[in-house]
Amino acid sequence: MKHDTVIVGGGLAGLVAGISLQRAGRGTAIVSTGQNALHFFSGAFESLQEAPERLTTLFDEAGIRLQYTPGVRLMPLGTFKEAMLSLEDVALFPSPKFGRKVLIVNFMGYHDFFSSFLAEGLEKQGMHCRIRFLSLPEMDQLEKSPSEMRSVQIARTMDRIWEKVVQEVRVLLKDEDTVILPQVFGLQDTSVPGRIRQGIPARVVFVGTLPPSVPGIRTQMLLKRRYEVLGGTYLMGDEALTAHVHDSVVHSIVTKNLDRHYLEADHFILASGGFFSKGLRSNPFSISEPVFGLDVEYDEDRNAWYQKNFSADQPYMQYGVKTDETLHGIAGGVPLKNLYAIGSILGGTHPELGSGAGLAIRSAFAAVDEILTSKTE
Amino acid sequence: MKLQEYTVSKHNFEECMKCTICTAYCPVLQVNPLYPGPKQAGPDGERLRLKDPYFFNYALKYCMNCKRCEVACPSGVNVADLIQAARIKYDSSKPKLRDQLLASTDFMGTVARPVAPIVNGVTSMGIAKTAMDALLKIDRQRTFPKYSPRSFERWLKRREKEQAAFPEQVAYFHGCYVNYNYPQLGKDLVKVLNALGVGVKLLEKEKCCGIAMITNGMSEKAAKNARHNVAALRKAAVDGGLKVVTTSSSCTLTIREEYPNLLGVDNADVRDSIVMATRYIFEKLEKGATLKFKADFHKKIAYHVPCHMEKMGWGVFSEKLLRMIPGVEFTLLDSACCGIAGTYGFKKENYAAAQAIGAALFDQICTVNPDVVACDCETCKWQIEMSTGYTVANPISILAEAIE
Repeated sequence: MKHDTVIVGGGLAGLVAGISLQRAGRGTAIVSTGQNALHFFSGAFESLQEAPERLTTLFDEAGIRLQYTPGVRLMPLGTFKEAMLSLEDVALFPSPKFGRKVLIVNFMGYHDFFSSFLAEGLEKQGMHCRIRFLSLPEMDQLEKSPSEMRSVQIARTMDRIWEKVVQEVRVLLKDEDTVILPQVFGLQDTSVPGRIRQGIPARVVFVGTLPPSVPGIRTQMLLKRRYEVLGGTYLMGDEALTAHVHDSVVHSIVTKNLDRHYLEADHFILASGGFFSKGLRSNPFSISEPVFGLDVEYDEDRNAWYQKNFSADQPYMQYGVKTDETLHGIAGGVPLKNLYAIGSILGGTHPELGSGAGLAIRSAFAAVDEILTSKTE
Repeated sequence: MKLQEYTVSKHNFEECMKCTICTAYCPVLQVNPLYPGPKQAGPDGERLRLKDPYFFNYALKYCMNCKRCEVACPSGVNVADLIQAARIKYDSSKPKLRDQLLASTDFMGTVARPVAPIVNGVTSMGIAKTAMDALLKIDRQRTFPKYSPRSFERWLKRREKEQAAFPEQVAYFHGCYVNYNYPQLGKDLVKVLNALGVGVKLLEKEKCCGIAMITNGMSEKAAKNARHNVAALRKAAVDGGLKVVTTSSSCTLTIREEYPNLLGVDNADVRDSIVMATRYIFEKLEKGATLKFKADFHKKIAYHVPCHMEKMGWGVFSEKLLRMIPGVEFTLLDSACCGIAGTYGFKKENYAAAQAIGAALFDQICTVNPDVVACDCETCKWQIEMSTGYTVANPISILAEAIE
């Protein structure tokens, strides 16, 4: 099967590249080994200096509204991090002290949202917090099984009964100027977070839960749908195994599901992610990139891969594939002429700073521009 | 002590890193609180079951084996296989009469076919449905597949010579549905393949692939069928050097994947020869073969990728074939389960869940309002036709209709 471009990896970087190329009239396919890091997406982009109109337009056309309000984002454990751009339902504040009095509302029996940590963090900023738990009869069914009390399951119920939450919160609300709710709204119906904000006479802030991330899954679904509407082929659950390369040009890749039916293309993009997504693999002796066998930047001395202090900066998180200046992946010291590496497989990111989304977007656009301006051999 | 036995599990279960992504994509978990969910039922439960079979949970029967957890898993864990394998290994309860009847598709076909008009009349009667509902717990709201008075095998056998005259040959694993219920699909396949210069042969004798037996606690019977089928496939594929084409995504997945992974039946030498007809045809066209399409063909088609097609990753072939037909307005429906999952939705205890699972898909179909819904699975066809009123056709039938 022949395409203009085949993309390995269907997360944020792969989808942004795929949508951009489809929009430019190129026929593409995405090979995605299961779901991706968008399922852990905070909903904010940190490492962007300005709102790239290209990105906001791309998201807008997929039905995802972004807002550019540089400031700080409230993290699930009550700390703050800088951010520039975010999904509409993720609030960014000019400074950590964004309110005076805060009402934190959680659901009874839901353990993936840390109300007391949040309260502790906000008290440090001089905000007064009150925690309350909601118990709704519609959620009884969920409470029967511990595996059901998770963000996505609650979000499915909330798409139906969000109005009840508004009513209950209005009853609980005293003199607080801010209400914090777990981010479990608007999985299918994207208008829900906005309508909740309208219904509650205080500033409503949705704060992240333990994975999976509801705004992340929503983003994944909408971007994938947009990609498919544009005619892209999304091969979900398939795995790129190896590539056929001659004279530093990639001709095709072999996948697990299509076996002897090779995916041919003029251009290839590697957006297969880091260690979690198995874009990078490690064993006790080395770190490798399994599909194209690209050279990987890492320390020869294994003891230097990590620091013993778990929460310290971990060097291995910086490891990634080697590329030239225009993102061509390098194998055996030689750049592959029609392969571009984008997203977290590039390494050099600080996941703890949340710079993954920004890197994914910027490198995706850079690779797309290279492809659109390059001449096919 | 065989340490390996305790440290390495089949189905990649030790790769699970507890990310919970599978639970977000399980259709059953969305509607049935009695089901523990794929993570709990699969890798989490497996740890406990390996220690002590006491931890086997009978709620695992609510798994529909749709494999969506496996498609979603970023770590390559075969979650659904873990669950089905646990049911095979630990569930000692005997299957109920109802489940045995539902699972024995070729037995039922053999019995019903000669008296098809009577059977079809009875199964659509209200009183019979009420009786089956009360006695067998087969939900009365279900529409039953009709039986055909003539089998596909008989139809093709009478054309043996004519088919043998084509320069190229393939074998066809038609499955119970084509043979007993809807021979037209088989005839459509023969029409399309003949147009490509390919003649169609039957296998020496095929039996039901066994998928319904696996999910209904009759794995020994399924394994027996599997051994029989692999031998028949071997004759065609290895001895005869033929490709074996199929038109049912679930039969195909069962023969290619479930035989070795769940039933322990080795199919290594025949596996690669078994392909969905849409893939076979796509590859032929890619290599330069051509089909002559009608000039005035016009159809708005919405394509639903069946769960097992999604698991195999071959929906792309059906999609690209349909898009190739001039005059087709194509919509790819969102990836979702229709809820029937073979015999699952026929059972009274699952009826409400099956309809709730399919609701999003049904809504989308109604919004798209196509002339026909394309789908490679017969049970999806029953479910979507019953629940939406839209006609569902296999991509092969649509192709047959579109060519001269």
